[in-house]
Amino acid sequence: MPSVTRRDFNRLAAGSAIAGSAALAAPAVVRAQASKLRVGVLLPRSGALAFIGQSCQRGADIAPAMLREMYGVEIELMNADMESSVDVARSRAEKLIDDGAQLLVGAFDSGPTAAIAQVAEQRKVPFVVNIAAAPQITEQGYKYTFRNFPSAGDLIGNGLSLTSDIFQATSAAPRTAVFMHVNDTFGSSMAKGIAAILPKLTHLPFKLVDTISYDREARDLSVEIAKAKATQADFILLVSRLNDAILLVRELVKQRWSPQAIISPGSPGMYEAQFYKALGNRYSDYCISNVPWYNPNAALAQSVEATFHKQFPQEKLMFHALNVGFTFEAIMIAADAFKRAGTTDGDPLAEAIRQTNITEHMMVGGPITFDAKGQNTQIASACIQNRDGEPVVVLPQDAAQKAPVYPVPAWNERKA
Amino acid sequence: MQRSILALVVLLAVLLVLPFALDRYMLSVMILILYFAFVGQAWNVMMGFCGQLSLGHALYVGLGAYTSAALYQHFELIPWVGMIAAVLVCVAAASIIGWLAFRFGIGGTYFALLTIAFAEFTRIGFEHFDWVGGTAGFFLRVTQQSRMDVLNLRGDPIMFYYLALALAVAGFLLSAWLLRGRLGFYFRAIRDNEEAARAAGVNVFRYKMYAVQISGGMTALAGVFFAFYYNNLFPEQIFHISRSIEIILAPIIGGIGTLFGPVLGAAVLTLASEGINAALEALGHEIPGVKQILYGVALGLSIMFMPHGIWPGIARRLGFTRARDDSDA
Amino acid sequence: MPIDAVVNIVISGLFTGLVYGLMALGLSVIYGVVRIVNFAHGELMAVGMYAAVFAFVMAGIDPLWMLVPLAVAFFGIGYGLQRALVNPFIGRPEHSQFILLLAVALVLVNLLLVFFGPDARGVLVSYSLDSYQIGPLLIDKVRLICAAVALITCAILFAIFRYLSFGKAIRACADNLLGAQVVGLNVKHLYALTFGLGTACVGIAGCLMSLLVDVTPGLGPAYTLLAFVIVIIGGLGSMVGALAGGVLIGVSESVAGLLFTPSAKGMVSFALMILVLVFRPQGLFKAR
Repeated sequence: MPSVTRRDFNRLAAGSAIAGSAALAAPAVVRAQASKLRVGVLLPRSGALAFIGQSCQRGADIAPAMLREMYGVEIELMNADMESSVDVARSRAEKLIDDGAQLLVGAFDSGPTAAIAQVAEQRKVPFVVNIAAAPQITEQGYKYTFRNFPSAGDLIGNGLSLTSDIFQATSAAPRTAVFMHVNDTFGSSMAKGIAAILPKLTHLPFKLVDTISYDREARDLSVEIAKAKATQADFILLVSRLNDAILLVRELVKQRWSPQAIISPGSPGMYEAQFYKALGNRYSDYCISNVPWYNPNAALAQSVEATFHKQFPQEKLMFHALNVGFTFEAIMIAADAFKRAGTTDGDPLAEAIRQTNITEHMMVGGPITFDAKGQNTQIASACIQNRDGEPVVVLPQDAAQKAPVYPVPAWNERKA
Repeated sequence: MQRSILALVVLLAVLLVLPFALDRYMLSVMILILYFAFVGQAWNVMMGFCGQLSLGHALYVGLGAYTSAALYQHFELIPWVGMIAAVLVCVAAASIIGWLAFRFGIGGTYFALLTIAFAEFTRIGFEHFDWVGGTAGFFLRVTQQSRMDVLNLRGDPIMFYYLALALAVAGFLLSAWLLRGRLGFYFRAIRDNEEAARAAGVNVFRYKMYAVQISGGMTALAGVFFAFYYNNLFPEQIFHISRSIEIILAPIIGGIGTLFGPVLGAAVLTLASEGINAALEALGHEIPGVKQILYGVALGLSIMFMPHGIWPGIARRLGFTRARDDSDA
Repeated sequence: MPIDAVVNIVISGLFTGLVYGLMALGLSVIYGVVRIVNFAHGELMAVGMYAAVFAFVMAGIDPLWMLVPLAVAFFGIGYGLQRALVNPFIGRPEHSQFILLLAVALVLVNLLLVFFGPDARGVLVSYSLDSYQIGPLLIDKVRLICAAVALITCAILFAIFRYLSFGKAIRACADNLLGAQVVGLNVKHLYALTFGLGTACVGIAGCLMSLLVDVTPGLGPAYTLLAFVIVIIGGLGSMVGALAGGVLIGVSESVAGLLFTPSAKGMVSFALMILVLVFRPQGLFKAR
C-alpha cells in the first residue's frame, strides 16, 4: 500500500504551489482535464439489509453505460460492503478514498451514512446520499454531503398530505387512526416527525388515538395488534420495515380485524417484492404506501426501466423502484457535476454539485436542486397502492396508473 | 525481564512515529487495534487476573459513551470532565452488578449470564431514553476538522491515534502495576482457588468488587473515546452483545491473564480481519458471510489448540519468560 | 382495554411460552447433565427452522410431518457434536467452552446466510392464518397446535428419564458423576446421548417455530439468550422448570407489552432473570 511520508508531502506541496502559480498565469493550459470519475458505492451487502443493498447495487450497475450516453462522461464504480455497521462503514469509506475514489455514494442505513458523511467531510470528498432519512445527516453543517432523498420530516409531511388527498379522492372521512411504528433508527425518526407535524395539519379529518411502538427484532406481534384492535380505530398508520409489515398483516388476519386501510406515511415494506410473495395477492393487496417513487410517465424512468429489464431480465423495476431510482439518480448527479466542473478535485466538484439543477430526472418531484445544507427539498411522494400483487401509482393524478380504493375490502371478503 | 522492558520501549517508540508513515486507512486500522488493546486489557483485569467472566462489557462502553456525550451535547462540558463522570457512572454500575452477584455467591456461568442480562436490559432501556436520542441515535455536534481542538476532542484522526495510544499505554501500565502489587496477588489467588483464598483470610468479596470496579472504570474511558471518535451513538449498536463478544476475543486469543496478550490479540485479530477482507476482494468473491465463517473456524481452531492464547508461546520463544514460568507475563 | 382482549393476549402468551419452554428444555437437559453452556443453542434451532422451511418449499411437506424426521436427525447431530467437538472441552475452563461454541454458532449463522440468503423465510400452510372463535376468545390455531406438540414432547422426555434405563442412567450422571463412573456407566456415551436428546428437542422446537415465525440467518443469538433466561428462571436441570419458565416469560412479556410500550417488553425477561439470580439463584423449581 503506498504511504506518503511527511517529506514527500512537503515536496508535493511545494511543487503544487509552483505549479499552481503557473496555473494562474495560464489556466487554460494547466487545468487538469480528468478523463473519468471514480465513484465509491457503499451499500449494505451483508446483514439484515442485504437484499436492499443488492437492489440499490443494480441501480448503480446500470448507471455508467447510460450516463456515458447522456453526459459523455466516464464513471468508474468502486463497490464496497459496509455491513450495516458504523465502524465498518467508516473504514470502508477511508479505504475507498485511499484507493482513489473521488466521490462517494451511499448508504441506505442512517447510522453508517452519518459515519461516512464525517469521513467525507474530513477528507474533503463529495458524498451523495442515495437513501437515508435521519434528519441529522444534513444538519451537521457539512459542506461535502448532499442528500437526494427526503429527510424524515419531509417524508412525513408529504406522506400525510397525500393521505389527505386519498380521502378527498375517495370522499372518505375517517375520524381515528392508530399509529404503529418500529422502534429503530428510522422508525423513531419518523415517529418524532409525526409527533411534530401532525398536530399542525388541522385540515386532516382524523386524530391519532394511540401510538404503539414495537421492537425491531420482534417475532411475535400479537400483543401489538391486540392493542391496536382494542382502539377500534378507523385505519392504521404504519411505519415499518419489510418483515414486521408481513408479520403485522398476518396477525391482523388471525385476529380478524380489518381496518379501513393500512397507510404508510413514508416507510418501506409494503411495496417490496417479498411482501407480495409472503402474503400472496389476497392479503397484500390494497396496502397503501406514500413514498417517493419514480414517475412512470417520465422519459428517463422509461429508459431506465428498459435498460434495467435488459440487464436483469428476471426482475421488474417496480419492485426495486426506490432503491434503483435513487441510486441511479445519485450517480447521475455525480456525472452531471463532473461534466460541469471538469475536474475530479473535491472542492470544485462539491461546488458543482451545490449548483445542480437537473430537470430531466426520474423520481416524482421538482428538479434536482440542493439547498444550503445540501438537502434536496423538492422530492415529492407518490401514493402507491398494492393491486393484483404489484405496486401501482394511484396519486398524484398526473402520474397515476389506477384510481385509489378506500376503504379497502375486509380480509374475509377477499377472494382466495 | 530486562529484555522485555527493552522490547516494550522499542515498540512504544515505533508506535509513536508510526502515523507519519501510514495512509488514512491504515491509520484508522491502527486506531481500532489500540482501542481493542485497551478495552481488552480492561476486561482482562476482571477475567484474566481475577477470574470473573464478564460477557456484558459493552454495558460500560455504552454508559461511558453516553454519559460523556450527553454532558458535552446538553451541558457543554468538555470531554475531559465527561471522562470523570463516565468513570464514576461505570464504577457505580459495576458496583451494583458486583454487589448483587457476589453478595449472593453467584459466580462462573451464572455471573456471566447476569452481566449479559444487565447489558441487554440497559440496551433496551436506552432505546427508550429520548433525552439521549433513543433509537434515533445521539449525534454530537461536529465542527470542521481542520483545527485540532484537544480540549473538546475535535480534530484529525492523528489526534485520536495518540489518544488511543495513550489509553493503551496507560492500560498496560495499570495492568502491570496491578499484577505486581498486592491487589494483583489477591486477584490471582481468588482466580486460582476462591475457596482456598477465603480460607487463607483474603476478603474475597472486597477484592472481587475492586476487580469489577477497576475493569468497569477503565472501560468507561474506552466508551468516551468511542463517543468522540465516531460522533454518533445508537443503543442497538453500542450495547449489543456482539460488541461484548468483540471485546473479549482479543484477550482470549492473545492470552488471558497475561500482560501483553490483549495487545497482541487485538493486533492479530484486526489485521487478520482486514487481511481476509482484502483477500476476498482480490479473489473477486463478494459472498457475504464467508469472512465470518473463516473467522469462526479460526477462532474454533485457536481455542482448541492454543487455549492459553498466542502470547505465552511466543513469549517463551523470544526469551521474555523462562520456560514453564508463571504464565502471567 | 376490554377484558376479552386481555384474556386473548394472555392465552396467546401462554401458547408461545410453551414452545419457548420446549426450546429451553433442550438447553436445561444438556446443562443439567453435561454442564456445558451451549452458546450455539439458538443457532441449532434456526437450522431446524430452515430445515422445515426447506422441506416445505421444496416438497410441500407440512412441518408437522417433519417433526419426527427432524427429531431423529437432530438427535444424531447432537450426539455427533458432543462426541466430536465438545467432549474434549468438558474439563476446560468455562471461557474456553464458551468460545468454542461461539465459534460453532458463528460458523452456523454464516453458513445459513451463504446458503439461504438474508431474506426472511416462513412457512405458510393453508391453516396458518386460521383462528378458533370460542365466545369472546380468539384462539390462534397454529399456536394451539404448537403448544400441544410441545407438551407432548415434554411428556415423552419426562417418561424417558423416568422409565427408560438409559434415561435413569443419565440422571445418575447428573446426580453423582463419580458414583456413576464407579458403577460402570459409560459416561461419554451417556453425555452424547444427553446432548442428542437436548438437540432433538431443539429440532422439534425449530420445526414448530417455523410455523410461528419467519426465520433469518441471524435469528439464533436472540433465542439462545431467551433459552438461558428461561432456564435460569425455571431452574437449571429441571424440566418442569423449563416449561414453567417459558410460560412465565411468554405471559409476562405479553402482559408487559399490554401495560407498557410493547417495544420495551424485552426488558421484562431480563429483569425477571436478574431478580431470580439475586433472590433464588437455583431457579424457581428444584432440579429433580
